Amino acid sequence: MLSSLAGVLFDGFAYGMLLFLLSVGLSVTLGMMNFVNLAHCSFAMVGAYATFSLVGRHGWPFLATLPMAFIAAAVISVILERTLYRRLYRASDLDQCLFTIGIVFISIAVYAWFYTTEQQSVQVPDWLKGAQHVGAMSFANYRIFLVVIGLAITAALVLLVERTRFGAQVRAAVDNQRMARGLGIDVDRAFMFTFALGGGLAGLGGALSIQMVGLDPTFALAYLVYVLIVVAVGGLGSIGGSFAAAVVLGISDMAGKYYFPWLGAFLIYLVMVALLMWRPQGLFGKR
Amino acid sequence: MLRTSFVLAAALSAFSVNAQQTVKIGMPLELSGQFADTANQMLNGAKTYMKEHGDTVAGKKIEIITKDVGGPAPDVAKRLSQELVVRDNVDILAGFALTPNAMAAGDVSAEAKKFMVVMNAATSAVITKSPYMIRTSVTLPQVMETFGTWAATKGGIKQSYTMVTDYGPGHDSEAAFQSAFKAAGGTIVGSVRFPVANPDFSAFVQRAKDISPESIFIFIPGGAQPAALGKAFAERGIDLKKTKVLGSGETTAEAALKSMGDNALGIITAWHYDYMSKVPLNQKFVKEYQSVANGRNPDFFSIGGYDGMHAIYEALKKTKGNTDAQALVDAAKGLKWESPRGPMMIDPETRDVVQNVYIRRVEKVAGELVNVPFDTIPMVKDPAGERRKTQK
Repeated sequence: MLSSLAGVLFDGFAYGMLLFLLSVGLSVTLGMMNFVNLAHCSFAMVGAYATFSLVGRHGWPFLATLPMAFIAAAVISVILERTLYRRLYRASDLDQCLFTIGIVFISIAVYAWFYTTEQQSVQVPDWLKGAQHVGAMSFANYRIFLVVIGLAITAALVLLVERTRFGAQVRAAVDNQRMARGLGIDVDRAFMFTFALGGGLAGLGGALSIQMVGLDPTFALAYLVYVLIVVAVGGLGSIGGSFAAAVVLGISDMAGKYYFPWLGAFLIYLVMVALLMWRPQGLFGKR
Repeated sequence: MLRTSFVLAAALSAFSVNAQQTVKIGMPLELSGQFADTANQMLNGAKTYMKEHGDTVAGKKIEIITKDVGGPAPDVAKRLSQELVVRDNVDILAGFALTPNAMAAGDVSAEAKKFMVVMNAATSAVITKSPYMIRTSVTLPQVMETFGTWAATKGGIKQSYTMVTDYGPGHDSEAAFQSAFKAAGGTIVGSVRFPVANPDFSAFVQRAKDISPESIFIFIPGGAQPAALGKAFAERGIDLKKTKVLGSGETTAEAALKSMGDNALGIITAWHYDYMSKVPLNQKFVKEYQSVANGRNPDFFSIGGYDGMHAIYEALKKTKGNTDAQALVDAAKGLKWESPRGPMMIDPETRDVVQNVYIRRVEKVAGELVNVPFDTIPMVKDPAGERRKTQK
């Protein structure tokens, strides 16, 4: 009983780490620029297919492709931000939604064209397969790996935002953009880097998720709902909020499936509704 | 104005004499969205047949017209089928990866009196929607009831825990397997249903492990899920030597085996087709298919499309090119042929597919994971169709 509880908590936590990586970038850009970027998961898909191509077609080791997934998604997101997104910063929410959902469909079609609609997988090193068995409990190696990466990135992000000059600029821009501009902070530049960072993290999350959930061109749409839930529950612009929300949702999803399977994946939505009724601005949201 | 339209009509009717030399096959397919891969594989199967056998039958040219349904959308499937019949003047409706779409198009076939070939949609009742319909794929009870009976008798399995996806085909498979398994003396120790959109299976697998049943029966749609489920089995430490895992062919399809790796060793599945089959006819088919589909391997969707075209070609040969629905369906009834999957037949009474069900086990052959067939149940009819017959 206790061992199954530990297993559920651990699996849910690992799943939460994946959700966190996928969604933290969106939370920050949404909080900073009020830009509704529904194409965020398309960046995740860019990273995922980068890893798939390098491992499957060029024989790179899996780990070495992870930074490339980050870079590929970051570069693509900056290009799109500079050429397309910035034109819509002052547009209405509806315009932004329509524009970015259009990008989602284009990205699905483009990847279906180049990579076909086939379900893809990657080969991970043997030490990431299988599981560690402690008594009656078993911890999958890949999930341990996810937890380690997730925690490391959270720590790095917190340090970056709390301790560096760049982080201070980003925080200032999120809190009060006009004041930040008035103080001479180059908000556009800060936003570009944040956007690249967010896109890159999504790309990394996408690459890491292939092993858990597979990869096909509908990826850009399939996980959008989960990412939006994490952002809404966590509160806009908050790294800690995204982290907490992702963990809560990951664990409640897993626990729901284990203890109340007839509720299926529905529990995650109940948790979302309950949390948002309690705190409409999200767990750590400021506005 | 009136005169020009008369001239136009005359010109058109003159043209349509020529057009008579073409047989148009309308295929409303799920070419985009979640099931795009399924529909493309099926279409490529049909194209492979046309590449092998030419595009002229009984003096008539065969032309395929596709429309994109975009996913499980019966209303769209129905509208597009109507458009194909009314506007594009198709003679035959074919394709249908998904049951709801096939059901909706069945009404069009029945009302417009068009021959219809279902190349996948595997729910038994689909075939009852139109008297002009045949099926060249498989039905779920055909495989799952057969598997349930086999497991409890020859398989020597006493108890089973069933895990299926919470949607129509999952419910049908669960019911078919459970009833046949129980009827043959087995006991079901529990069951669980997964949500359709389910990225992570480990919690469900943990539940199954807590019960530690002798065997676990799985039915999940192909694609990403079999691999994710296979990994969950490995991660939760379910030993496939002690707990037998039983599934449909989708559980151990090509992509699933690739990403499960050695975790898949020992899984037992029942299915009607495998692209690795060493039958010469199949090896030839796989080679042709790869050239049509840019190197992809065929799957059971492809073979449904391939054999569907075969049935159309053979029926047209028998009617000497007459596309009247009644003539075509009469010609198709009782057709027997040797498919890359093995011998098959269109049941003259139910118009449904009759074929071998193969029981396979995942083994390593020359370093590759293969579904190795070790038992065959010959020429199985759809048991649900047989029951409908006695009810009448």
